[in-house]
Amino acid sequence: MKLPYLPDFDHSSFFDFLVRHHPSLVSGGEKSLSTGRAMSAGQMTSGAPLAVPHATTVLAVKYRDGVVIAGDRRATEGFQIADRRIEKVFKIDDWSAMAIAGAAGPCIEMAKLFQTELEHYEKLEGVPLSCEGKANKLGQMVKANLPLAFQGLIVMPLFAGYDVKRGEGRIFKYDLAGGRYEESDYHAIGSGGKDARNTMREHFRKNMAEADVLSLALMALYNAADDDVGTGGPDLVRGIYPTAKFVTAQGIIDVSDEKIRAVYDGLIATRRSREA
Amino acid sequence: MPLPYYVSPEQMMQDKAEYAKKGIAKGRSIIAMEYTDGVLLTADNPSSSLHKISEVYDNIAFAGAGKYSEFENLRKAGIRHADLKGFMYSREDVTGRSLANAYSQSLGTIFSQEIKPLEVEILVVQVGVNHHPNEIYRISFDGSIIDEKNFSVIGGKAEAVQSILKDKTSTEPAALGPALALCVSALEQTANLKLSPEGLEVAILDRNRVGRKFRRLSVADIGRLLSG
Repeated sequence: MKLPYLPDFDHSSFFDFLVRHHPSLVSGGEKSLSTGRAMSAGQMTSGAPLAVPHATTVLAVKYRDGVVIAGDRRATEGFQIADRRIEKVFKIDDWSAMAIAGAAGPCIEMAKLFQTELEHYEKLEGVPLSCEGKANKLGQMVKANLPLAFQGLIVMPLFAGYDVKRGEGRIFKYDLAGGRYEESDYHAIGSGGKDARNTMREHFRKNMAEADVLSLALMALYNAADDDVGTGGPDLVRGIYPTAKFVTAQGIIDVSDEKIRAVYDGLIATRRSREA
Repeated sequence: MPLPYYVSPEQMMQDKAEYAKKGIAKGRSIIAMEYTDGVLLTADNPSSSLHKISEVYDNIAFAGAGKYSEFENLRKAGIRHADLKGFMYSREDVTGRSLANAYSQSLGTIFSQEIKPLEVEILVVQVGVNHHPNEIYRISFDGSIIDEKNFSVIGGKAEAVQSILKDKTSTEPAALGPALALCVSALEQTANLKLSPEGLEVAILDRNRVGRKFRRLSVADIGRLLSG
């Protein structure tokens, strides 16, 4: 007998529910899986263009109270700038945030799906998922997107969560196959990720204060924008600045535009004085 | 081949309704009551982990009385329905009315087609924001749906609780403390026992909260409100 709204399903995962009952709503559902299999062998094996998600720098750095997660604002279409104000850092729930690199559409969809997933689990089970559990679930979602990644629609998340049980912030990076790797101090992904990591490697210290870690994160983004065409720097004319969030025991705290502008004003003044 | 025996539909429905009512009356009551900042849900529930009241979506809460396994299934289905709708369209498109309708459909279908009806009575409550009124829907085991104002009672001695509350509530909603005290005293009078804060499950839909409006009150919160 068919019951309205009582489908035959008994898991606490919203993602699995969509895959089973509404596959058209989820990348990695049955339809996209079949198109994935239809790819030619040549495309499947030419892994080179897959290796690097393009046109973004997002990063996460641990500090005394948790993790700061930040990203630039530029979206590109080939050699054109598609959007100057796009948001790449998302609050997922009260203790976690993620930043994304890759194709904008699927990236934003995955962030939204992940938000729903965690809220759904919390409501059904009465308790939120553990930090580790959230990181693993995100890995499964990245894995489900693999067929689309072969078609060029890459989604590459960077996950920052506050582990309430351990009382510390944690950073997880992923590979295209859904592999999940924990980073001990900091990480950056996207086309400017390497440049950002170089900056952080030079200046990172354990247990930094909030103001110091924010300047480090923003400086790393600035340097990445300096060397990478796909990464947008601070736009002084339009007043568009990178976005950042603190992931702490108190929740996810948005860093205000004024605060970020003040850091960049200082940084730019220092750089300018070197040119004189 | 054995001859199929005949039972008149009237008799069958009556039997089913009686059976369901008996099951629901065995439990304890739950009250939903409007207060100044939203809606208060109070349940006589000695368990601190098996909930009768739950969050469904931003502005919507669920309460179930009767058989735990059955209303728990309905609760989960409701959350799936709401999350799916919110994901497909937008968060503001998830409404208590559509959820209550879906429940009514499911319960009605089960009541008329299954041998055993569900022994549940449920509440779907939506707090109104931006000067919209609150919505309280009471849905019975047979799928009948009633849109209530000010307060609503399900489970246990619902009618007795209702008659106590009817005399004591006015059309103007009370503040949270007095509203909770009123609910607790009505539950105590019908159950004939003193209810401690540990034996209560209390949650609110507070329209002043940002985003998800649902919040459970801790034992300490309940104690403070009742003594204050």
